[in-house]
Amino acid sequence: MLTKTIADHYPLVSVLDEHGAICGTLPDLSSEQWIGLYAWMVKARAFDQKMINLQRQGRVGTYAPFSGQEAAQIGSFAALDQRDWITTSYRELAGLMYHGLPIEQAMLVSMGHPDAGNMPGHLNIFPIQIIIAAQLLHAVGTAWASKLKGEGSISVTYFGDGATSEGDFHEALNLASVQQIPVIFFCQNNQWAISLPASKQMATPTIAQKATAYGIEGVRVDGNDVLAVYQVMKTAVQRARRGEGPTLIEAVTYRLGSHSTADDPTRYRDHAEWKEWKENRDPLNRYRTFLQHQGLWHEEMERDIQDQAKQEIEAAVVKAESLPKAVPTTVFDHVFETMPKRFVQQKEEMQRYM
Amino acid sequence: MPSMTMIQAINQGLRTAMQQDSCVVMLGEDVGKNGGVFRATDGLQAEFGENRVFDTPLAESGIVGASVGLAVNGMKPVAEIQFLGFIYETMDQIASQAARLRFRSQGRYHVPMVIRAPFGGGVRTPELHADSLEALFLHTPGLKVVMPSTPYDAKGLLLAAIQDPDPVLFLEPMNLYRAWREEVPEAYYEVPIGQAKIVHKGDDITLVAWGPTVPMALEAAQQMQEHHKVSCEVIDLRTIAPMDTETVLTSVQRTGRAVIIHEAVKHGGAGAEVISQIQEHAFLSMQAPVLRVTGYDTPYPAPSIEDFWLPSVARIMDAVHKTVSY
Repeated sequence: MLTKTIADHYPLVSVLDEHGAICGTLPDLSSEQWIGLYAWMVKARAFDQKMINLQRQGRVGTYAPFSGQEAAQIGSFAALDQRDWITTSYRELAGLMYHGLPIEQAMLVSMGHPDAGNMPGHLNIFPIQIIIAAQLLHAVGTAWASKLKGEGSISVTYFGDGATSEGDFHEALNLASVQQIPVIFFCQNNQWAISLPASKQMATPTIAQKATAYGIEGVRVDGNDVLAVYQVMKTAVQRARRGEGPTLIEAVTYRLGSHSTADDPTRYRDHAEWKEWKENRDPLNRYRTFLQHQGLWHEEMERDIQDQAKQEIEAAVVKAESLPKAVPTTVFDHVFETMPKRFVQQKEEMQRYM
Repeated sequence: MPSMTMIQAINQGLRTAMQQDSCVVMLGEDVGKNGGVFRATDGLQAEFGENRVFDTPLAESGIVGASVGLAVNGMKPVAEIQFLGFIYETMDQIASQAARLRFRSQGRYHVPMVIRAPFGGGVRTPELHADSLEALFLHTPGLKVVMPSTPYDAKGLLLAAIQDPDPVLFLEPMNLYRAWREEVPEAYYEVPIGQAKIVHKGDDITLVAWGPTVPMALEAAQQMQEHHKVSCEVIDLRTIAPMDTETVLTSVQRTGRAVIIHEAVKHGGAGAEVISQIQEHAFLSMQAPVLRVTGYDTPYPAPSIEDFWLPSVARIMDAVHKTVSY
């Protein structure tokens, strides 16, 4: 009962309802910015579909789709600065591309190219994390360093509902809380940890309420409402920059696709549930309706946005596929700053068999 | 020059590093106000403040994981894991995160951090405080593993570890913390990582030891000389990874015989790697199989049993006899 009572303290924040009608306070954004968010969501969706197609054609390897989660990612990244430190899992490519990760580099992650992890020099992004929840602690550390150095940058870490069961989730939130570290924990609750539904991952009705246990700010937001996500993220960022400590944000969303291209969600997920989210809660449809109500959307613009997205993605595919092949002997180059003697010999051996 | 125990030399080394570089920060369980359970960080929080020396919650993964972020964003964290036996709690953050980030990012990021951890037997600790786990980390690409056996080396290697651009696991043999004193310079100096040291010259056989088994090997060498006229060369490996195989090979090519001594369990231990290097590079120099004197292949035992489990001077001498009379 207490758990339920606590959950009541974390109501779902919305700006747009499921029909795209305004039900909250609109964030202070220009109409260009409104359209910009939409164009990015469209581009991200097109990227996701392209990657799945390329995977089916054998041109990319295992890929983790994010369709359905565009609003959660684009809306939250829109509130960040370039100087901020970001650690993510493998399902945040939409947000990372919005932040400045070149589209062709986002593709490399699933193309098995080692350069995927070599993030652009002007961005403070960690390579995408494979181990669930490990990246939360890295963001605690980068933010801690920012605080110690008196810099204004903050850190944000992205993870899914599944990560909240890991020990590192607890250690990160506790450490950030006790040291008042300027870090934002952004959880995309897409309801499913591969085949395990949120209801079997935790007995709490929400993830946001876990903030209570750590004595930190917690917010639950409609993750399919790009404006609401932007709004709550902006507030959390401002709090962190003012030195008011960490925030846990739960963005309630839904993974429309599979966990990865290697699984089949029809084995574990109810079709009716998927249909409900697909048909009635798609973040793109909702936001498009909103823009239409605002008089900011028309067919021609949609075509332009779709064409532009398609062009950029096709160009990125060409770029990614025409990159020089990875040189196998480079595996020895970035293990230590100074190559141990045995590496020299092993490198020569590998070279002989190439 | 002041005379110091190993724990004093470590404390002095940490102080020197913090004075020299304001990016050096300490974090761990009880390292602040209490100065560490062995007093390794004694007085550092008082001298450098709570913004340089952090008492963390009980969270080994948190300590190392946060240190990765600290290091990437410009700090030089020196994390303490209270006992090496607790390090399994943070294996992912060490092996998959800290040790791999340079590789995963193609050199965009690197992790200049030190993880200090006391370990080793003979001091009647509770369970899981004494285990020697260096082989786990020798087997982890991207890590350096250092294990001093003297106060002088402890300070010099620690300063080199803090200066190192890659993550270093600094393992401190707790039975040597206060075993003896020796002269240790107050000034900054480094003992290079990756260099073994011949601590006793000899001609008939090479004894390779590290950390807590070095004094034991020296004692065995002395007795073999006195009572059996066998001249043992003793090598203190000092760094487990990267391993200084040259010093070992040069010695065995001369002596033709070797015994490896470590506290860790025998099977798959770091001693096996030393022997593998010898057979690969000095096979024709060898006059006898290389033997190992180590802990047995069981979990580390209760204090009432540990003396029978650990390597001993008697076991080393028997192995030397067997080898020289082969």
